[in-house]
Amino acid sequence: MSFWPEYQNIFTQVQVQGAPEMGVDFGEDMRGERTKGTRFSTLIGLIGNAQLGPIYLGYYGVISLVTGTLWLNIIGFNMLAQVDWSIPEFIRQLFWLSLDPPSPEYGLTMPPLQDGGWYIIASFFLLVSVLTWWARTYSLAQMHKMGKHVAWAFASAIWLFLVLGLFRPILMGSWSEAVPYGIFPHLDWTTAFSIRYGNLYYNPFHCFSIVFLYGSVLLFAMHGATILAVTRYGGDRELEQIYDRGTATERAALFWRWTMGFNATMEGIHRWAWWFAVLTPITGGIGILLTGTVVDNWFIWAQEHHFAPTYLEPYGYESYGDGTYMGGE
Amino acid sequence: MFPKWFNDWNSGNPTNIYGPAIAIGAIGGAVVVAALIVSWGQPFATESTQTGPRGTGMKVVQFASREDDPTIADYYTEEPYPREDGEPLAGEIYENVQVLAGVSDGNFNRLMNAMTQWVSPDEGCTYCHIVGDDGEVNYASDDIYTKVVSRRMIQMTQYINDEWYAHVNANQEVGVNCYSCHRGQPVPANIWFRIDPVNEATEGWAAVQNRATMQSQFTSLPSDALYRYLYEDGRITVHDLESRVAGSPADADFPTVQDTERTYSLMNYFANSLGVNCVFCHNSRAFHDPTGYTPQWATASLAIEMVRDINNEFLEPLGPEYPPERLGPVYADAPKAACATCHQGYNKPMQGLNMIADWPELASAEPPEY
Repeated sequence: MSFWPEYQNIFTQVQVQGAPEMGVDFGEDMRGERTKGTRFSTLIGLIGNAQLGPIYLGYYGVISLVTGTLWLNIIGFNMLAQVDWSIPEFIRQLFWLSLDPPSPEYGLTMPPLQDGGWYIIASFFLLVSVLTWWARTYSLAQMHKMGKHVAWAFASAIWLFLVLGLFRPILMGSWSEAVPYGIFPHLDWTTAFSIRYGNLYYNPFHCFSIVFLYGSVLLFAMHGATILAVTRYGGDRELEQIYDRGTATERAALFWRWTMGFNATMEGIHRWAWWFAVLTPITGGIGILLTGTVVDNWFIWAQEHHFAPTYLEPYGYESYGDGTYMGGE
Repeated sequence: MFPKWFNDWNSGNPTNIYGPAIAIGAIGGAVVVAALIVSWGQPFATESTQTGPRGTGMKVVQFASREDDPTIADYYTEEPYPREDGEPLAGEIYENVQVLAGVSDGNFNRLMNAMTQWVSPDEGCTYCHIVGDDGEVNYASDDIYTKVVSRRMIQMTQYINDEWYAHVNANQEVGVNCYSCHRGQPVPANIWFRIDPVNEATEGWAAVQNRATMQSQFTSLPSDALYRYLYEDGRITVHDLESRVAGSPADADFPTVQDTERTYSLMNYFANSLGVNCVFCHNSRAFHDPTGYTPQWATASLAIEMVRDINNEFLEPLGPEYPPERLGPVYADAPKAACATCHQGYNKPMQGLNMIADWPELASAEPPEY
């Protein structure tokens, strides 16, 4: 009863499970840093490669995992302390709980542990964890004699992370500006940050960031759909199609050129996607960095630069008080 | 059960029925749902009230099925009696009448009856008047806290109607009386106490937030907004009114992101207390922009001052009068009022019912002429 076309399935249709692929070894002790065990998972195979492991940890990976675990556990134990070490309350209130940054009056000094000190310690571990994980992506790419595209893309996200938690608080003169570690509390911070600085929607770099974010989504959908649509002609072999253009590329290119008069190339679409993704946090980070340091009220800034519209129509409030004003009900 | 020719034909013509069945079922189901919505109407219909220029999205949305305040049905009222010739004043014939001494005898008893209906319908007169050893009610005695509090509450009601006329009669004559807050209950439903810090394991800002409390409206926003802004006179505004203003969060008086969260907590309380949203008072593209305020912003701003005033002048000073079970859980402070205490989820309390038309005794500290 195959009522659902196979090519519309999100899951991988053909799984390969055989002798495990143990990977290359260019020397540099790559194999020595690699775990030995490997196994296959049919479930994992539905969404990717069925083979699990081996994983390369290395010094960077170990440091990153240890400091990341410390960061997470400092948050967890602080939250647990806040509910008097009650596991049921910890679960019940988890989304409300938070490890908050210090109160504003401490500026850039080390605050007491209960008022942001733990936050500073945890953030230090997170900084080490994220940066060593970045070094790991760089060194692994180097070992495989790859380009460093993944590392630089990750670095663009780290730029936004550093702006939020390090650069902007330093420029503002207080660690209290950093983002709390909590599910709802970090959302509170986001909305309050926007409101405090006069509505972030009027921040042009916020606009850019949204354009690149939504643009990334659009490009991802277009590219994924295009490749799936020409897979039957070998279009899924994208690298071969880049240097030896076949009918899959011809059809995909023709489709888009006839649809919108323009098409990316088999190689260029990946540059589009990479830059759109990378520019999302780069522009977002610039927008955050300018907020409170260069511009304190984005709405007024937008009025000064003539792109926040003024409503010329009457609001209708003159009838307020005589009982006919519709807002009075 | 089928004839042979059908079974033969059926086995000779295998057909995938699942695809068409699902398609027809989905389309058919959608048609049925659409037909139901068209014929019976949207079950959760909403009504919108436009509060600003077209195209700005300024509208207050409420469920059409929302009913009028149910406590209106139980409201007791009675017109004043004309004063008869020679009818004495309450202060002339009753002992220890301090506030309503200038009210005529008949109207004094009319008001006492109404207050019983409004505040203690089940408990009756003896909720505020003690019964002596002889079994008689001693109306003159102040030896019961409810009477002392009631006297101050009568003064507060007169004060609100007199001094905060612009808020309680903003749109039309409405005013307040005991029932505005009590609604048939000796202790009004939406009173509040100071509860911060809500987090013993922390200090500073971390200690006043990240808890689902009544005062944070069950968000993780700060739980001390009512205390800081409606008892103390903390600064509610957080915006800079120029595009660039120097300053650091480490400076005193710099409105921080944390201050903004507390203001947001207060605004949330406002909205929920009145059953409205942000754009009832603000054009939310720029909360600080006076050209985007609606008239309700001015009414609400007056209310902030009014609530601060009555909390400080009337409610908190009553603390020593109350028994322990009437005091706050953390600071043993007196119960205080805010928006929801009177509004109870409606932007016009009691749908704008005139609460002082029949009760001139409560409309002003001056004794009425009947």
